[in-house]
Amino acid sequence: MIEIYTFVSGPLAWIAWSVFVFGSIYRLVSMYNLAKAKDGSSLAYMSLPYSLRSIFHWLVPFGTLGWKSDPLMTIATFAFHICFFLVAIFLGAHVVFWDTAFGISWWSLSDTTGDIISFVVIGACVVFAVRRLALPHVRNVTRAKDWFALLLVAMPFVTGVLAYHQIGPSLLMTILHILSGELLIALIPFTRLSHALFAVFTRSYMGSEFGGVRRVRDW
Amino acid sequence: MSQIADRLIDDPGLAAGVASLTPERIEEVVTRVLKGEAGAKLKAYQETCMRCGLCAQACHYYVSHDSDPSYSPVSKTTETIYELINKKGRVEPSRIYEMAQIAYTECNLCKRCAHYCPIGIDTGYAMSMMRRICYQLDVVPQYIRDTSHSHAATMNQMWVKDDEWIDSLQWQEDEARDEFPNLRIPLDKEGAEIYYSVIGPEPKFRTQLIYQAAAIMHVAGVDFTMPSTPGWDNSDMSMFVGDFENMGRLKRSHFESAQKLRVKKIVMGECGHAFRSIYDMGNRWLGYADMPVPVVHAVEFFWELLTEGRIKIPKKLEGPVTIQDPCNIIRGRGLMDKLREVTSMLCEETVEMVPNREHNYCCCAGGGVINCGPPFKNVRMTGNKAKADQLAATGVHTIVCPCHNCHGGLDDIIGYYELGMHPRFLGDIIYEIMEKPEGM
Repeated sequence: MIEIYTFVSGPLAWIAWSVFVFGSIYRLVSMYNLAKAKDGSSLAYMSLPYSLRSIFHWLVPFGTLGWKSDPLMTIATFAFHICFFLVAIFLGAHVVFWDTAFGISWWSLSDTTGDIISFVVIGACVVFAVRRLALPHVRNVTRAKDWFALLLVAMPFVTGVLAYHQIGPSLLMTILHILSGELLIALIPFTRLSHALFAVFTRSYMGSEFGGVRRVRDW
Repeated sequence: MSQIADRLIDDPGLAAGVASLTPERIEEVVTRVLKGEAGAKLKAYQETCMRCGLCAQACHYYVSHDSDPSYSPVSKTTETIYELINKKGRVEPSRIYEMAQIAYTECNLCKRCAHYCPIGIDTGYAMSMMRRICYQLDVVPQYIRDTSHSHAATMNQMWVKDDEWIDSLQWQEDEARDEFPNLRIPLDKEGAEIYYSVIGPEPKFRTQLIYQAAAIMHVAGVDFTMPSTPGWDNSDMSMFVGDFENMGRLKRSHFESAQKLRVKKIVMGECGHAFRSIYDMGNRWLGYADMPVPVVHAVEFFWELLTEGRIKIPKKLEGPVTIQDPCNIIRGRGLMDKLREVTSMLCEETVEMVPNREHNYCCCAGGGVINCGPPFKNVRMTGNKAKADQLAATGVHTIVCPCHNCHGGLDDIIGYYELGMHPRFLGDIIYEIMEKPEGM
């Protein structure tokens, strides 16, 4: 078992990060090349100030028509994304990992805080799942891909909480946690989660078109 | 929840088109458009749309059909263009009928959903690409297809012959000279300050609008001209059909007819989609980031005339009015403040609709939907109860409505829901209440 642990926390982690980094670069570069080849009439309108204007407004909870239309979804979305990054980067156990792997260390969350915000992420995932099941306009457009993406992001948090609270075999849970985290990282560029790479550009284009061509706000 | 298959409408254009399709032909055309014309934009939209459903509440079809999920923007893209992308065009001809009906008649390309999507997905663009595929498959509702054919053959929307166009202008000039003895509608006057352009329906059946525009130009002392040759019609149903080649031809001929006359700018009548075709779609197709000849919408033009005092309003229109914000000039070009200033210079009191300005609901006629003709009229009526409720809540009689499509759409809705209201063009109101000096 300990060999498996060493493998998933060592070589496999490097593989997962490599797939993520090179996969992301490949996807971004090929998408940009495609845009240059086919979307010149849109690229021409790209504007940094209007992009930032749009991004800024959409980063404000309840600052847009969309965010106002479904408060529970808005709260869940913001809580999910903020807590996701907090846990991934600043959780005490993760900070130790950053230190041993790269020799870099920074501030970390207290264990209790880390625990609470992990539950917040899981709670947000439950909101997303319940929406997919209960709301007709979401259920109607939900496909396997959408469930898979949700499962991918939920698994590391579920296994992480189980490992932290020592529910089930501790080492196995830790291995599962690391594995699911690696799967998530590696698959970001190739699933619905690729919005992590592309959303900033789709948002920027919409901001640019609404600002530069349409001369109105896009929120 | 309903499904598109349950609400198919007989249309000879869609039926004949689908009858001649084979799965191989569909796959070939879809692949050609997706590979050859679409690019990163469509790919990114299809891939990153998280299917969160926030856009649903943006759509007047969804709201009007008691939150029927099949009318949400994300459902309409998922059932059409996204499905074609996922299946690489491997769908049955009958499915194309359904997709065409969704794309041409259940989306006005109004882009209201843009205000709801956190990721910034442009459903209007996605649906335009779906229409592009339908056009290349020759599956297009008959009425709008005929309109687009008229564009292709005559360079105007209504099969108006070249001599009939000139006749209509001279007829209106002649009529107006009873009221204004010195009024002229100068044709092909080189170097005029303003080239006045209208849409095909004006000479065809809203000819009084040309009379009124000429009267306003005359009283304001504007140096204007109208072209006697094709290019005069700024409208563009080819754009909405997905016939982008003819969209480009139309815009080129429009701009070139203005350049030939060496005018300073084009002023266009109160139309929404024609404006979209010159600042957003037609110009892009031709490779113009901006317009080669500046084009000013009637709302902006009237605003100039009124603020400069070239038109005087001795007494404002009595009674409260409400304002219809046409998508293509408001959400499309930010004229909401000028529209309100013009309205307040003309009318005593304005009662705003909720929501309004760039968050307005579409009239449900736009995006070529009204041009799909009588078979689809009820789609617009049941699909825009939201607008009927919005109008009724204002409690006023007169609607300021600076767009031809909105006029048609609102007139129908007002009749269907028995609202007893009346949409009016700005030019119509200005003509009625402006100061008309004797013997001018």
